[in-house]
Amino acid sequence: MATALQLDPMLSQVYVVSEVSKETPDTFTLTLSPDKGSNGSSFQPGQFSMLWVFGVGELPISISGDPAKHDRLVYTVRSVGQATNALVTRAAGDGVGVRGPFGKGWPVEKARGRDVIIVAGGIGLAPLRPVIYEVLNHRDDYGRLVVLYGARSPRDLLYRKELATWARQKETQVLITVDYGGMSWRGHVGVVTTLFKYARLKTSRSIAMVCGPEIMMRFVTRELESHGLSRQDIYLSMERNMKCAVGFCGHCQYGPHFICKDGPVFPYEELRPMLDKYEL
Amino acid sequence: METLERIIAEHPFFSDLDQAFIALLVGCASNVRFRKGDYIFREGDPANTFYLIREGKVAVEIAAPQHEPIMVATLEQGEILGWSWLLAPYQWKHQARAMDNIRALALDGKCLRGKCEQNHDLGYEILKRFARIIEQRLESTRLQLLDVYAAR
Repeated sequence: MATALQLDPMLSQVYVVSEVSKETPDTFTLTLSPDKGSNGSSFQPGQFSMLWVFGVGELPISISGDPAKHDRLVYTVRSVGQATNALVTRAAGDGVGVRGPFGKGWPVEKARGRDVIIVAGGIGLAPLRPVIYEVLNHRDDYGRLVVLYGARSPRDLLYRKELATWARQKETQVLITVDYGGMSWRGHVGVVTTLFKYARLKTSRSIAMVCGPEIMMRFVTRELESHGLSRQDIYLSMERNMKCAVGFCGHCQYGPHFICKDGPVFPYEELRPMLDKYEL
Repeated sequence: METLERIIAEHPFFSDLDQAFIALLVGCASNVRFRKGDYIFREGDPANTFYLIREGKVAVEIAAPQHEPIMVATLEQGEILGWSWLLAPYQWKHQARAMDNIRALALDGKCLRGKCEQNHDLGYEILKRFARIIEQRLESTRLQLLDVYAAR
């Protein structure tokens, strides 16, 4: 669906907060609906928007909702500073400026007919949730879905009810781990890479999509390669300080790439020479 | 019938181990069970055994004063529990709690240490396999310590 936003990427459109739900003590999911008279907005899984909290600032936030639902945009936001705190404290009915969607998303077309391995760490599950919706919405178009998710502690897990629902879907395996667990935690404890030994993978026909802290992604890519995945079949979502979102300002430059325009999702093959360079 | 020899030979930790070495290990092995909630060992206890987990999940914990134990890892079917039997002073550094009913194979560390001293080829094989496990767990521990998911 073409929208006015896509014609003028620097112009915000006003959306209205229709729902705010608390995921963890510091992370919230906001559902935004287009203001009266506006078009809906379609997006590709993995794309992001620039969200403008009037009077406070503008932030790049990944879209975490269902790509099949064109009447809303959903974002999961962690409150870590003034602007994100202002965003998550919006109340239903408040307005938020939205630019986008921007960037290149996950390779959902290339993944058709193949097993899909999702590896997420912390809030990195948010940009990957649209892929999970996409696979489950078109279940017969994809092979097995394996979701490996790591978080800091049980109270930091996002989308707990959905994780349980996804785990019950056919040909779907969801494995969750936390870095530290209490006595009441019945699941795995250990970093996300320790989940690979429990995953039922057919790596020769798989494609992997990874999002989380960069250190975590480096370790995950090593694990994926050791299980036989080729670099061309591993995709990572990168994060840098995005401002204009269309490749003009250069704030998000990463080697020869602009994360906002050339990414945020990249094939690992393209990123590999840069991932070990601490200057970047 | 599941003989000890077959259980050892089929466990991933001992995959591709020479048949003669497996025969030596059998003399140190026995089947054990733990009930959910049992402590398999506690910090400071003599460490004279290690376990090949066959069924169930085990929590590796650090006891914390005035606080519930902190769970730092979980281990499941196909994994190894315990390496303190291998190095003096042979004392457990952590505690292990059965999160489910556990079936495992226990290997007597004293017995195995004796056989490794007598047969250095066996000792080297065992050390190589434990070194791999220790390396993996050290890497995991480092990642946990980095606390990569913390807000920054």
